[in-house]
Amino acid sequence: MSEEIKLLKGNEAISHAAIRYGADGYFGYPITPQSEILETLMAEMPWETTGMVVLQAESEVAAINMVYGGAGTGKRIMTSSSSPGISLKLEGISYIAGAELPCLIVNIMRGGPGLGTIQPSQADYFQTVKGGGHGDYRLITLAPSSVQEMADFVGLGFDLAFKYSNPAIILADGIIGQMMEKVILPPYRPRKTEEEIEKESPWAARGKTKGRNRNVVTSLELDPAAMEENNIRFQAKYKLIEENEVRYEEFLCEDAEYLLVAFGSSARICQKTVELAREEGIKLGLLRPITLWPFPSKVLNTYADKTKGMLSVELNAGQMVEDVRLATNGKVKVEHFGRLGGIVFTPDEILAAFKQSVMNQ
Amino acid sequence: MELKDIIKPENLVYEKPRLMNENPMHYCPGCSHGVIHKLIAEVIADMGLEDKTIGVSPVGCAVFAYNYIDIDWIEAAHGRAPAVATAAKRLNPDRMVFTYQGDGDLAAIGTAETIHAANRGENIVIVFVNNAIYGMTGGQMAPTTLEGMPTSTTPYGRNIALNGHPLKIGELLAKLEGTCLVTRQSVHTAAAVKKAKRSLRKAFENAMAGKGTSVVEFVSTCSSGWKTTPDKANKWMEENMFPFYPLGDLKNKEEGI
Repeated sequence: MSEEIKLLKGNEAISHAAIRYGADGYFGYPITPQSEILETLMAEMPWETTGMVVLQAESEVAAINMVYGGAGTGKRIMTSSSSPGISLKLEGISYIAGAELPCLIVNIMRGGPGLGTIQPSQADYFQTVKGGGHGDYRLITLAPSSVQEMADFVGLGFDLAFKYSNPAIILADGIIGQMMEKVILPPYRPRKTEEEIEKESPWAARGKTKGRNRNVVTSLELDPAAMEENNIRFQAKYKLIEENEVRYEEFLCEDAEYLLVAFGSSARICQKTVELAREEGIKLGLLRPITLWPFPSKVLNTYADKTKGMLSVELNAGQMVEDVRLATNGKVKVEHFGRLGGIVFTPDEILAAFKQSVMNQ
Repeated sequence: MELKDIIKPENLVYEKPRLMNENPMHYCPGCSHGVIHKLIAEVIADMGLEDKTIGVSPVGCAVFAYNYIDIDWIEAAHGRAPAVATAAKRLNPDRMVFTYQGDGDLAAIGTAETIHAANRGENIVIVFVNNAIYGMTGGQMAPTTLEGMPTSTTPYGRNIALNGHPLKIGELLAKLEGTCLVTRQSVHTAAAVKKAKRSLRKAFENAMAGKGTSVVEFVSTCSSGWKTTPDKANKWMEENMFPFYPLGDLKNKEEGI
């Protein structure tokens, strides 16, 4: 079937995109504000059409370990959750990264800490791009700012995960998950055949066929010298990803004297702030990191030479701002503005904060 | 009689299972794991399933099970083997998927995964080694540690008021609709080994036939953890473990048990 235009919630778009991409399996557990992902998959019954396996697990812990098991056999597996549920999955995510398994994780963030609130937040930035689980690992982190990108990043996330044998994560929030927009869904692609999987993932545990050694999917290596070698290999891979996979979007940056830096839903709101500022004659631009890791440090460093100040606008107490400051290395004033605990800012509020903290007005 | 006169095919009574590889085992003398590994290797070879089998190893003494049986393996996080196996089997329904878990892994940290995989009736085999102690971490109390049994975290013996009761998880799993076979075996005598192998084979057949979850519990010894000799460990197991964990089928749907 070909491309299709639909009006969907961000969460629903993820489910449809997963089926159309040819994902092999989804394992999840209900939590607001992302439950539509599991609900939509269950309603669509892809096991009867594409053969995709969908299962409601007994917990987020079980779900991420099902992802580990499925991905360990070379299949395209995903899960989704929201902040507290992702905290539960972190052990499994660390194991997946340590075993170098490709998979796709979705976090539709809500306000925390603790049980917090079910309203949108971006306070899991640190958790996602700085680790979260134990050990030196990285997640390829995609931050969609529209329902269209929710759909598009399913395919992109899986492709990057398999390209680098590394977990990828879509980091969105309750706004992007719950809002409805027009979305162009991609055409259906057939799931990979068993032969294609054998060829693509010769490391996978699928039953030891004649003429090869046994495959063991593990993150365990008790010999510290060998474990250091493993880590050096991971770091080399991460460096390659940093060199090749940085993605960002510029909005009126060309002549900008000041920059807003924002991702996901915040970037949508910041677009309006930029327009409001321009109406007042302030040359404001917006740089939107699409990949939060790898972070668009180089381009921000370039803009540090050309601008008078930057404001990192986030639905948290100041997380990405640390990476903006590292990227600009003191060359330009970088401030943060955020709302916390599920409260969302307005464009006017951001403009006022920008004038006060960056322009000293 | 010369040695060469003895080494003849007609005199062969036992050989190393084809799927056991050459890696030296790390298990302690008298440990039951080695025999159970060999039984698994034999059953897989007997059934011709080596190219179809995916083993899921635990965290615990058997964490390196993948070093000994020459099949594909996935090494799970502590307690999560049934979740890992659930996905491996559902995504590869023609494969033989089994977990290999100790008592801490299966009946403490992984209780939820064990019960829910069994309750869904996943077409997998759960091999459960119950030696009533945490072997790898140095002999701490397990969920299956007997009342009064000393361990490094119950130095004066398991006290029910303080530590709760030993968990008869086999009986619990037998109550679930999803299990087709829950059997308790041991490998401390030649006769027991033979019997256990029959049960293990049945479990593997059930999984391949899509009959639901089969659980094969092995009441086992841990002479290091129990701080005794292999011989005394066997006796202690017979006298103390068997009365509390009686051997035999706890559930066998096919035979109406």
